[in-house]
Amino acid sequence: MDTSPNLDAAFSALADPTRRAILARLAAGEATVMELTAPFEMTQPAISQHLKVLEEAGLVVRRVQGTKRPRRLAKGGIEAMDQWLAMLRNALERNYDRLDEVLASMEKPKKGEKR
Amino acid sequence: MSKLTLKTEGDTHVVVTRRFAAPPEFVYRAHTDPKLLQKWLLGPDGWTMPVCINEARPGGKIRYEWTNGKGGGFHITGEYLELEPHSRIVHVERMHLPDPTPDNHVETRFDADGSGTLMTIRMTLPDAQTRAAMLATGMEGGMEASYVRLEELIYNSSGHGTQLGKQAHS
Repeated sequence: MDTSPNLDAAFSALADPTRRAILARLAAGEATVMELTAPFEMTQPAISQHLKVLEEAGLVVRRVQGTKRPRRLAKGGIEAMDQWLAMLRNALERNYDRLDEVLASMEKPKKGEKR
Repeated sequence: MSKLTLKTEGDTHVVVTRRFAAPPEFVYRAHTDPKLLQKWLLGPDGWTMPVCINEARPGGKIRYEWTNGKGGGFHITGEYLELEPHSRIVHVERMHLPDPTPDNHVETRFDADGSGTLMTIRMTLPDAQTRAAMLATGMEGGMEASYVRLEELIYNSSGHGTQLGKQAHS
Protein backbone atom coordinates (compact mmCIF):
# COMPACT_ATOMS: atom_id res chain seq x y z
CA MET A 1 0.00 0.00 0.00
CA ASP A 2 1.24 3.45 -0.82
CA THR A 3 1.48 5.80 2.07
CA SER A 4 -0.42 8.96 1.36
CA PRO A 5 1.78 11.28 -0.67
CA ASN A 6 3.18 14.52 0.61
CA LEU A 7 1.71 17.03 -1.84
CA ASP A 8 4.13 19.76 -0.89
CA ALA A 9 7.12 17.49 -1.49
CA ALA A 10 5.52 16.19 -4.67
CA PHE A 11 5.14 19.62 -6.23
CA SER A 12 8.62 20.61 -5.08
CA ALA A 13 9.95 17.49 -6.75
CA LEU A 14 8.27 18.57 -9.98
CA ALA A 15 9.99 21.96 -9.93
CA ASP A 16 13.06 20.35 -11.46
CA PRO A 17 13.16 19.69 -15.23
CA THR A 18 15.29 16.58 -14.93
CA ARG A 19 12.85 15.05 -12.49
CA ARG A 20 9.95 15.88 -14.80
CA ALA A 21 11.81 14.13 -17.61
CA ILE A 22 12.38 11.10 -15.38
CA LEU A 23 8.65 10.95 -14.65
CA ALA A 24 7.94 11.28 -18.35
CA ARG A 25 10.19 8.31 -19.02
CA LEU A 26 8.60 6.28 -16.24
CA ALA A 27 5.16 7.10 -17.59
CA ALA A 28 6.17 4.92 -20.54
CA GLY A 29 7.04 2.02 -18.23
CA GLU A 30 9.35 0.68 -15.59
CA ALA A 31 13.05 1.45 -15.97
CA THR A 32 16.35 0.85 -14.19
CA VAL A 33 18.64 3.63 -13.03
CA MET A 34 20.96 2.82 -15.91
CA GLU A 35 18.15 3.12 -18.43
CA LEU A 36 17.01 6.34 -16.83
CA THR A 37 20.51 7.78 -16.95
CA ALA A 38 21.06 7.08 -20.65
CA PRO A 39 19.11 10.05 -22.11
CA PHE A 40 20.80 12.58 -19.81
CA GLU A 41 24.19 14.12 -19.74
CA MET A 42 24.38 13.27 -16.08
CA THR A 43 26.08 10.70 -13.93
CA GLN A 44 24.24 7.74 -12.47
CA PRO A 45 24.66 9.05 -8.89
CA ALA A 46 23.11 12.36 -9.96
CA ILE A 47 20.11 10.54 -11.42
CA SER A 48 19.90 8.37 -8.30
CA GLN A 49 19.74 11.51 -6.22
CA HIS A 50 16.81 12.80 -8.32
CA LEU A 51 15.10 9.43 -7.94
CA LYS A 52 15.51 9.64 -4.20
CA VAL A 53 13.68 12.98 -4.17
CA LEU A 54 10.90 11.52 -6.32
CA GLU A 55 10.63 8.48 -4.06
CA GLU A 56 10.47 10.57 -0.92
CA ALA A 57 7.73 12.65 -2.51
CA GLY A 58 5.72 9.49 -3.11
CA LEU A 59 5.86 9.80 -6.89
CA VAL A 60 8.15 6.88 -7.69
CA VAL A 61 8.52 3.42 -6.20
CA ARG A 62 11.13 0.71 -6.68
CA ARG A 63 11.01 -3.06 -6.59
CA VAL A 64 13.72 -5.65 -6.26
CA GLN A 65 14.56 -7.86 -9.22
CA GLY A 66 17.77 -9.76 -8.61
CA THR A 67 20.49 -7.14 -8.39
CA LYS A 68 18.32 -4.54 -10.15
CA ARG A 69 15.97 -2.04 -8.57
CA PRO A 70 13.66 -0.97 -11.37
CA ARG A 71 11.61 2.17 -10.71
CA ARG A 72 8.07 2.91 -11.73
CA LEU A 73 5.51 5.65 -11.19
CA ALA A 74 3.68 5.48 -7.89
CA LYS A 75 0.09 5.54 -9.01
CA GLY A 76 -1.27 6.79 -5.71
CA GLY A 77 1.04 9.80 -5.67
CA ILE A 78 0.28 10.86 -9.21
CA GLU A 79 -3.45 10.43 -8.72
CA ALA A 80 -3.51 12.44 -5.52
CA MET A 81 -1.72 15.34 -7.22
CA ASP A 82 -4.00 15.08 -10.19
CA GLN A 83 -7.09 15.28 -8.01
CA TRP A 84 -5.67 18.23 -6.17
CA LEU A 85 -4.90 20.08 -9.37
CA ALA A 86 -8.30 19.31 -10.82
CA MET A 87 -9.84 20.83 -7.71
CA LEU A 88 -7.75 23.99 -8.05
CA ARG A 89 -8.51 24.26 -11.73
CA ASN A 90 -12.16 23.80 -10.99
CA ALA A 91 -12.09 26.60 -8.41
CA LEU A 92 -10.37 28.91 -10.87
CA GLU A 93 -12.86 28.10 -13.60
CA ARG A 94 -15.77 28.68 -11.25
CA ASN A 95 -14.41 32.18 -10.61
CA TYR A 96 -14.20 33.03 -14.27
CA ASP A 97 -17.57 31.51 -15.09
CA ARG A 98 -19.02 33.81 -12.44
CA LEU A 99 -17.05 36.71 -13.92
CA ASP A 100 -18.63 35.96 -17.31
CA GLU A 101 -22.03 36.46 -15.69
CA VAL A 102 -20.93 39.66 -13.94
CA LEU A 103 -19.59 41.04 -17.23
CA ALA A 104 -22.78 40.17 -19.06
CA SER A 105 -24.80 42.14 -16.54
CA MET A 106 -22.56 45.23 -16.63
CA GLU A 107 -23.66 48.37 -18.41
CA LYS A 108 -22.23 49.20 -21.77
CA PRO A 109 -19.42 51.79 -21.78
CA LYS A 110 -20.62 55.38 -21.77
CA LYS A 111 -18.87 56.00 -25.07
CA GLY A 112 -21.63 53.88 -26.57
CA GLU A 113 -19.04 51.74 -28.22
CA LYS A 114 -20.70 49.17 -30.42
CA ARG A 115 -19.54 45.65 -29.74
CA MET B 1 -13.74 23.20 -24.37
CA SER B 2 -12.00 25.20 -21.73
CA LYS B 3 -11.16 28.85 -22.17
CA LEU B 4 -8.66 28.73 -19.36
CA THR B 5 -5.00 27.94 -19.81
CA LEU B 6 -2.45 27.69 -17.09
CA LYS B 7 1.20 26.87 -17.48
CA THR B 8 4.46 27.24 -15.71
CA GLU B 9 7.19 29.26 -17.36
CA GLY B 10 10.83 29.02 -16.39
CA ASP B 11 11.44 28.26 -12.74
CA THR B 12 9.47 31.04 -11.13
CA HIS B 13 6.56 32.05 -13.35
CA VAL B 14 2.99 30.88 -13.70
CA VAL B 15 0.95 32.18 -16.62
CA VAL B 16 -2.84 32.04 -16.79
CA THR B 17 -4.88 33.12 -19.79
CA ARG B 18 -8.63 33.39 -20.18
CA ARG B 19 -10.83 34.90 -22.91
CA PHE B 20 -13.93 36.94 -22.15
CA ALA B 21 -16.75 38.05 -24.43
CA ALA B 22 -16.76 41.52 -22.83
CA PRO B 23 -14.36 44.33 -23.84
CA PRO B 24 -11.19 45.11 -21.81
CA GLU B 25 -12.81 48.05 -20.01
CA PHE B 26 -15.41 45.72 -18.47
CA VAL B 27 -12.91 43.08 -17.45
CA TYR B 28 -10.61 45.71 -15.96
CA ARG B 29 -13.48 47.19 -13.94
CA ALA B 30 -14.47 43.76 -12.70
CA HIS B 31 -10.93 43.38 -11.33
CA THR B 32 -10.77 46.75 -9.58
CA ASP B 33 -14.30 47.41 -8.29
CA PRO B 34 -14.81 45.76 -4.85
CA LYS B 35 -18.56 45.35 -5.39
CA LEU B 36 -17.93 43.46 -8.60
CA LEU B 37 -15.02 41.44 -7.19
CA GLN B 38 -17.21 40.20 -4.35
CA LYS B 39 -19.53 38.68 -6.92
CA TRP B 40 -17.00 36.47 -8.64
CA LEU B 41 -13.64 36.15 -6.89
CA LEU B 42 -14.88 33.43 -4.58
CA GLY B 43 -13.37 30.08 -5.46
CA PRO B 44 -15.34 26.92 -4.74
CA ASP B 45 -19.09 27.06 -4.22
CA GLY B 46 -20.04 28.03 -0.71
CA TRP B 47 -17.25 30.56 -0.21
CA THR B 48 -17.87 34.29 0.15
CA MET B 49 -15.67 37.37 0.42
CA PRO B 50 -17.06 39.49 3.25
CA VAL B 51 -14.10 41.88 3.21
CA CYS B 52 -12.89 43.35 -0.07
CA ILE B 53 -10.56 46.33 0.05
CA ASN B 54 -9.24 47.35 -3.33
CA GLU B 55 -7.65 50.77 -3.67
CA ALA B 56 -7.04 50.87 -7.40
CA ARG B 57 -4.20 53.37 -7.54
CA PRO B 58 -0.41 52.97 -7.39
CA GLY B 59 0.48 52.22 -3.77
CA GLY B 60 -3.14 51.38 -3.02
CA LYS B 61 -3.91 48.48 -0.71
CA ILE B 62 -5.54 45.18 -1.45
CA ARG B 63 -7.13 42.99 1.18
CA TYR B 64 -9.47 40.12 0.44
CA GLU B 65 -10.93 37.94 3.17
CA TRP B 66 -12.75 34.75 2.38
CA THR B 67 -14.86 32.45 4.48
CA ASN B 68 -16.67 29.20 3.85
CA GLY B 69 -19.24 30.01 6.51
CA LYS B 70 -18.18 26.97 8.55
CA GLY B 71 -15.29 28.53 10.40
CA GLY B 72 -12.86 28.14 7.52
CA GLY B 73 -11.23 31.16 5.98
CA PHE B 74 -8.09 32.98 4.99
CA HIS B 75 -7.04 36.29 3.55
CA ILE B 76 -4.58 37.88 1.22
CA THR B 77 -3.04 41.32 1.34
CA GLY B 78 -1.25 43.22 -1.37
CA GLU B 79 -0.34 46.54 -2.90
CA TYR B 80 -0.83 48.01 -6.33
CA LEU B 81 2.31 49.01 -8.20
CA GLU B 82 1.02 50.15 -11.59
CA LEU B 83 -2.37 50.61 -13.18
CA GLU B 84 -3.02 51.43 -16.81
CA PRO B 85 -6.78 51.64 -17.31
CA HIS B 86 -8.07 49.45 -18.96
CA SER B 87 -5.16 47.42 -20.14
CA ARG B 88 -2.73 46.50 -17.39
CA ILE B 89 -2.46 46.01 -13.64
CA VAL B 90 0.70 45.21 -11.68
CA HIS B 91 0.44 44.29 -8.03
CA VAL B 92 2.05 42.15 -5.36
CA GLU B 93 0.11 39.87 -3.07
CA ARG B 94 0.68 37.32 -0.37
CA MET B 95 -1.52 34.77 1.36
CA HIS B 96 -1.81 34.61 5.13
CA LEU B 97 -2.09 31.01 6.21
CA PRO B 98 -1.77 32.60 8.78
CA ASP B 99 1.94 33.29 8.23
CA PRO B 100 2.44 35.38 5.11
CA THR B 101 3.72 33.56 2.03
CA PRO B 102 6.52 35.18 -0.01
CA ASP B 103 5.28 37.94 -2.31
CA ASN B 104 3.71 36.94 -5.57
CA HIS B 105 4.35 39.64 -8.19
CA VAL B 106 1.41 39.67 -10.58
CA GLU B 107 1.05 41.41 -13.92
CA THR B 108 -2.43 41.24 -15.43
CA ARG B 109 -2.97 42.35 -19.01
CA PHE B 110 -6.32 42.94 -20.72
CA ASP B 111 -5.87 42.90 -24.48
CA ALA B 112 -8.68 43.50 -26.97
CA ASP B 113 -9.46 40.27 -28.78
CA GLY B 114 -12.09 40.86 -31.44
CA SER B 115 -15.04 42.27 -29.52
CA GLY B 116 -13.81 40.58 -26.36
CA THR B 117 -10.76 40.40 -24.15
CA LEU B 118 -7.77 38.17 -23.78
CA MET B 119 -6.63 38.35 -20.18
CA THR B 120 -3.08 37.24 -19.36
CA ILE B 121 -1.97 36.90 -15.75
CA ARG B 122 1.74 36.48 -15.30
CA MET B 123 2.82 35.60 -11.77
CA THR B 124 6.41 35.77 -10.63
CA LEU B 125 7.44 34.00 -7.46
CA PRO B 126 10.76 34.61 -5.71
CA ASP B 127 12.10 31.15 -6.49
CA ALA B 128 11.22 27.67 -7.70
CA GLN B 129 10.58 26.40 -4.17
CA THR B 130 8.03 29.10 -3.47
CA ARG B 131 6.27 28.39 -6.72
CA ALA B 132 6.17 24.70 -5.91
CA ALA B 133 4.73 25.47 -2.48
CA MET B 134 2.11 27.72 -4.04
CA LEU B 135 1.10 24.98 -6.45
CA ALA B 136 0.97 22.51 -3.59
CA THR B 137 -1.08 24.56 -1.19
CA GLY B 138 -3.03 26.19 -3.98
CA MET B 139 -5.24 28.91 -2.82
CA GLU B 140 -8.21 27.31 -1.34
CA GLY B 141 -10.44 30.03 -2.64
CA GLY B 142 -8.96 29.48 -6.06
CA MET B 143 -8.12 33.14 -6.72
CA GLU B 144 -5.20 33.72 -9.01
CA ALA B 145 -4.51 30.21 -7.92
CA SER B 146 -2.32 28.31 -10.14
CA TYR B 147 -2.19 24.78 -11.07
CA VAL B 148 -0.46 22.81 -13.66
CA ARG B 149 -2.24 19.97 -15.30
CA LEU B 150 -0.13 17.11 -14.24
CA GLU B 151 -0.45 15.02 -17.32
CA GLU B 152 0.65 17.96 -19.47
CA LEU B 153 3.57 18.60 -17.21
CA ILE B 154 4.67 15.02 -17.32
CA TYR B 155 3.77 13.81 -20.76
CA ASN B 156 4.57 16.94 -22.73
CA SER B 157 8.03 17.16 -21.32
CA SER B 158 8.74 13.65 -22.52
CA GLY B 159 12.00 13.19 -24.34
CA HIS B 160 13.35 16.58 -23.49
CA GLY B 161 12.42 17.25 -19.95
CA THR B 162 13.94 20.70 -19.93
CA GLN B 163 11.19 22.06 -22.15
CA LEU B 164 9.56 24.02 -19.38
CA GLY B 165 12.87 25.27 -18.08
CA LYS B 166 14.00 26.42 -21.48
CA GLN B 167 11.13 28.81 -21.91
CA ALA B 168 12.67 30.97 -19.27
CA HIS B 169 15.54 31.86 -21.52
CA SER B 170 13.72 32.21 -24.81
